[in-house]
Amino acid sequence: MSDTTAVLKQTPLNAAHRRLGARMVDFGGWDMPVQYTGIIDEHHAVRRAVGLFDVSHMGEIEIRGPQAFDLINYLTPNAVSKLKYGQAHYSALLYEHGGFVDDILVHKVADDHYFLCVNASNQDKDYAHICEHNRFDAEVEFASERYALIAVQGPRAIDTLQKLTPTHLTEIRYYHFADGEVAGVGARIARTGYTGEIGFECYIPCAEAAAVWDKMMEAGQEFGIKPAGLGARNTLRLECAMALYGHEITASINPFEAGLGRVVKFDKGDFIGRAKLGEIHDKPLTRILTGFEMTTRGIGRDGYEIHVDGQPAGWVTSGGPSPTLNKNIGLCYVPAALSQPGQLLHIIIRNVPTEAVVRPIPFYKRAS
Amino acid sequence: MYPETFRYTKEHEWVLVEGDLGTIGITFHAQKELGDIVYVDLPKIGTVVEQGKSIGSVESVKAVSDIYSPVSGEVTETNELLATVPEKLNEDPHGEAWLVKIRLSHPGEVESLMNAADYQAYAGD
Repeated sequence: MSDTTAVLKQTPLNAAHRRLGARMVDFGGWDMPVQYTGIIDEHHAVRRAVGLFDVSHMGEIEIRGPQAFDLINYLTPNAVSKLKYGQAHYSALLYEHGGFVDDILVHKVADDHYFLCVNASNQDKDYAHICEHNRFDAEVEFASERYALIAVQGPRAIDTLQKLTPTHLTEIRYYHFADGEVAGVGARIARTGYTGEIGFECYIPCAEAAAVWDKMMEAGQEFGIKPAGLGARNTLRLECAMALYGHEITASINPFEAGLGRVVKFDKGDFIGRAKLGEIHDKPLTRILTGFEMTTRGIGRDGYEIHVDGQPAGWVTSGGPSPTLNKNIGLCYVPAALSQPGQLLHIIIRNVPTEAVVRPIPFYKRAS
Repeated sequence: MYPETFRYTKEHEWVLVEGDLGTIGITFHAQKELGDIVYVDLPKIGTVVEQGKSIGSVESVKAVSDIYSPVSGEVTETNELLATVPEKLNEDPHGEAWLVKIRLSHPGEVESLMNAADYQAYAGD
């Protein structure tokens, strides 16, 4: 095992994870913490107190220059013109056929500067895709190697992070960001996350990341902070029915099927995939992302087949226990006609058709 | 960490042989790799099992894994505690959270399994 670890990419926090007793796994070529104390324990810490995630494996791509807007508006289906300085939105890179290259966050730093956060395993593909379509001659920088990314998430996230920054965190609204300092280090502090809780994602220079992580752990101690791994990140996002590339969204899934029609704005000018998505939009959907809950013992997991009335009807994209709801939940693709809450499904778990029922998504929503 | 009286498989099960009866479980290393265990599926009493073949599964928050029998024989007892308290398997995998007892049909098979020292080196913990 140890000889393969050597070739895995490491984040600047690798030593910190090992010191904290993390169990490390190969996650898309990155040596990442899947858990420290346990997925369920870490999950609850984020829902009830605050958790700290190293998501430095995520990619950053910066687009600059007078043509930056034209490029990003052409690359993505969301309305980039609606973004104000210091605002971000959820969006996508799409193929002409309407499928996903990736799902991304677009941050507007300035009229001539957009900052993208993209999935770790897609960053090279995304960068190549962006460069390929850069007929605007905007400056495109693959910036992943400059940034570490630490997510502070949970009801005590503001309390924790505010101890380390003069930036007034309560003034950063959801899907907005501010450039400031965290623990004396220059940071882009974004009120974004993948957990369904209040929280921030802090982009910081790699060289400073380990020191900032330690300061955050220290600052959060009085609030019950715990380091949280990719395992808890997955159960948290699943409860919120947030899409994960490679599962809910792939090259063969379009945004309408994925329940992400809100990121597609037809009135914003031309963008890659627009023509095809227009056609798709005018017809009824053949399949749609749907939530389910297991009603008998078992967990429907990624890739398991779904039957209705003994016939194949779809597949599971993600599934697992929900520590918050204490149920086994999941997401799947089924025909629209079979996506109504209450619909009985049979998930084929290790050759055994196992009962589940369609439930509305998200499964969990933070009380505001 | 790993009891000297047990023998171990490469798939991280253990067996304790007493007379013609083998008690089977998964190792500390296995439960650690799996993380929080939520379900344990065991064979019915009377099931005839073969060495190296799947006899059930252990499911954690993250994944489901087969349990491979370290020995051949017939299942005489299953640990009912695990049906209600599967997390016991994280807490006491070498003791209270044994999985099944098997009446050995080929007692010589245990000779092919690792001893504690070899297993510890193999598991790397």
